[in-house]
Amino acid sequence: MEMHLTPQASIHLPRLAELVRAEDITRVERVYEFKLADGAELGHRPGQFVEVSLFGIGEAPISISSSPTKRGTFEIAVRAVGNVTNALQKLEVGSTVGIRGPFGNGFPVEEFKNKDLLIVAGGIGLFPVRSLINFVRDNRAHVNRLIIVFGCRRPEERLFCDELATWSQCEQTEFLETVDTCDESWTGNVGVVTSLFPKIDIDAEDTYAVVVGPPVMYRFVVNECLKKGIPEDQIVLSLERRMKCGVGKCGHCQMDGSYVCQDGPVYTYSVLKQMKEAI
Amino acid sequence: MEDKVISKADFSSMVDRLIQEGEYDSIEGVKTKDGKYFFGSLTNSGELCLDYDVTLLPPKKYFLPQRETVITFRQGERPAPEPVAEASSVVLIGVHPYDLKAMELCEAVYSAPPADPNLMIRKSKTVVIGVDCLNPNPQSFSASMGFATTESGYDLMLTDIGDSYVVSVGTDRGADLLARYGRAADATATNLARRDEVREMSLGRYEKSLSMPADEIPAILNETWDSRVFAEKSEVCLSCGSCVMVCPTCVCFDVEDTVALSLDSGERYRKWDSCMLTDFAKVATGENFREDRESRFRHRMHRKGKYLLERYDKPGCVGCGRCGLACLVDIALPADTYNLLKEAS
Repeated sequence: MEMHLTPQASIHLPRLAELVRAEDITRVERVYEFKLADGAELGHRPGQFVEVSLFGIGEAPISISSSPTKRGTFEIAVRAVGNVTNALQKLEVGSTVGIRGPFGNGFPVEEFKNKDLLIVAGGIGLFPVRSLINFVRDNRAHVNRLIIVFGCRRPEERLFCDELATWSQCEQTEFLETVDTCDESWTGNVGVVTSLFPKIDIDAEDTYAVVVGPPVMYRFVVNECLKKGIPEDQIVLSLERRMKCGVGKCGHCQMDGSYVCQDGPVYTYSVLKQMKEAI
Repeated sequence: MEDKVISKADFSSMVDRLIQEGEYDSIEGVKTKDGKYFFGSLTNSGELCLDYDVTLLPPKKYFLPQRETVITFRQGERPAPEPVAEASSVVLIGVHPYDLKAMELCEAVYSAPPADPNLMIRKSKTVVIGVDCLNPNPQSFSASMGFATTESGYDLMLTDIGDSYVVSVGTDRGADLLARYGRAADATATNLARRDEVREMSLGRYEKSLSMPADEIPAILNETWDSRVFAEKSEVCLSCGSCVMVCPTCVCFDVEDTVALSLDSGERYRKWDSCMLTDFAKVATGENFREDRESRFRHRMHRKGKYLLERYDKPGCVGCGRCGLACLVDIALPADTYNLLKEAS
C-alpha cells in the first residue's frame, strides 16, 4: 500500500525555483540568481545555506550569497567541482531547480549590533560572507566600523570584482585586499591574508571577527585575531562539511557531537576550540 | 499493564489466524535458514522461530528500509516533485528487547524536528510482538547495557516459560490484538515467578560484558580521545562498513537520484550509509574530514557511546553484538573498545 503525504511533511521535498540570471565570476565560478516559483521570499539569514536540487542529478549544499535585503530573488555563487555544481554550470536561464532550506544557524547578526565588524574572507569564503557584507552595508547603522579583509591566490581569481571596487571606494567601509602571488601588473598587497593584519588597528574588546575561508586559513587567522586581543567568543567561523540532508538526520556533516547543518555552520572560536574534529 | 499467559499451541494458532485473516498486509517474524536467523514474511506459524540468539539484520529494516524512494519527479521543464512514503500494515513477531530499545532511538532521531514522516508512519502501522532473549549470541553485551529485558517499545512481549508464554501487554493496541486473535488467560503468580526465573537465568549466559557501568562510557570517551587504543584497534580495519550495516541504531543515509530509461521521470531515494566508509565525510572540493581509519573508528565509538546519548537521551549502542559477529577482523564490538579505554584511563 502506498500513501502519499502532504508536501509540507516530507523532509526531502524541495520547493521549485526558476533560474533568472547566471553569470561567470571566473572560469570555474558562476553566480546564479533564483526566484521561488510560489513568489515567496527565501527568508534567510546571512550565513545560511540551501540544498540545490537538479532533478535526476542530485542535491548539493550551497551557501546563500545574496543579502536578505535583496528582495524577490536570491543568489548563490558556486565553484563547479562536483556532479551537481558541474551540471548547474550548464543550466540555462529559465530552467527550474529544487530548493530546500534555508538551513543552518547563520551569522549571529544581532550580536554585531553597535560593534565593530572585521570580516576576513579567503577565496570562495567570500561567497557566504558577501551575504553578510551586503546586509550590513544595507543596514549601515547596525555596526560601527565595517572592515573587510579579502585574500585570494592570484589576481585573476578575485571574485565579484565590481563589488570589491565599490567596497574599496566606500568611505564607510574599510577594505584591505591581498593576493598570494602575482606578476608586475598587480600593484596591491602581496602575501597571505594574515600579512594584512599588521595594518589593521582595532578596538579588540568591541570587535567581532567573522572568518570564512579554506580550512588551512582558519588556524592562522584565528591566531592573528587572538593576538590582537579579540575575545574568543567574538571570533566567528563558518565551516564546510558534507551537509547532505540539511535536517540533522543523515549524519554526513557530523563534527564531534554537532550536526553542522543544524547547529552550524557558524560557530564561535570558544565553542570550536573544545571540538576535536573542528579545525 | 496486565500480564497474560498463552500456551505455545495457542500462540501458533494466533499467528496462523493473523496470516489467514488478512487484516494486516503482512505478518513478519523471525525465520531460520542455514543456522542463521532473519526477519521475513511468514506464510505459516511453523516458520516462526522464537528461541533464537540474534538475526542477521535488525528489524530496523521495516521502519528504515535499505533503499527507500523519498520523492518522484518528472524530467524536463516541469519537474513536479512529489513526496513518497510507502507504508503497509504489519504485525512484527519476535523482536528482542535490545532491538526494541534500538527502535526507540531511531524514532527519537527521526521524530526530532524537522520530523521525518516516513519512519513515523511505518511505526504507527506496525504492531510489535517482542520476545525475551533467553540465549544471547556470543558477542552480545546487552545485559551490560541494561537491555536484557525492556519495559517499553512493544505492544506485546513474550517470555518463554516452557509450554507457554507469559505475555506482557504494553499497549491497548496489543491488548486488542491479543483479545481478538489469541486465547490468553490471566497470568498466575506461578507464571510470573517462572518468568522472573528464566529472565534471571538468561543473565548468566552473556559471554561479553562491560567492565564498568554503562553510564560511565561518555566520561571515559571524554578522557581518551588521543588514546592509542583507537589507532591500535583500527589498524586492521578494512573500512568495509559491515559493522554499520548490521547495526540496529545506525540511522545514517545517503541520497541519490535515478532516472527512468525513458528519461521522462525519475526518483530520489535514500539508502543506508556508513561512517566507516572512506568517503563518508568527503566534500566536493576533495577535502575529507575523516580520511584515516583511526578517525572513522573513533567517530563510530563516540557516536555509539556518547553523541547519540547526549543528543537524544538514549544510548547509541544496545549491545546486540551484531557488529562483533559481522566484523572480519574482530575490532567492531564497542564493549571491547570501551573496556580497553577504561583500562587505559
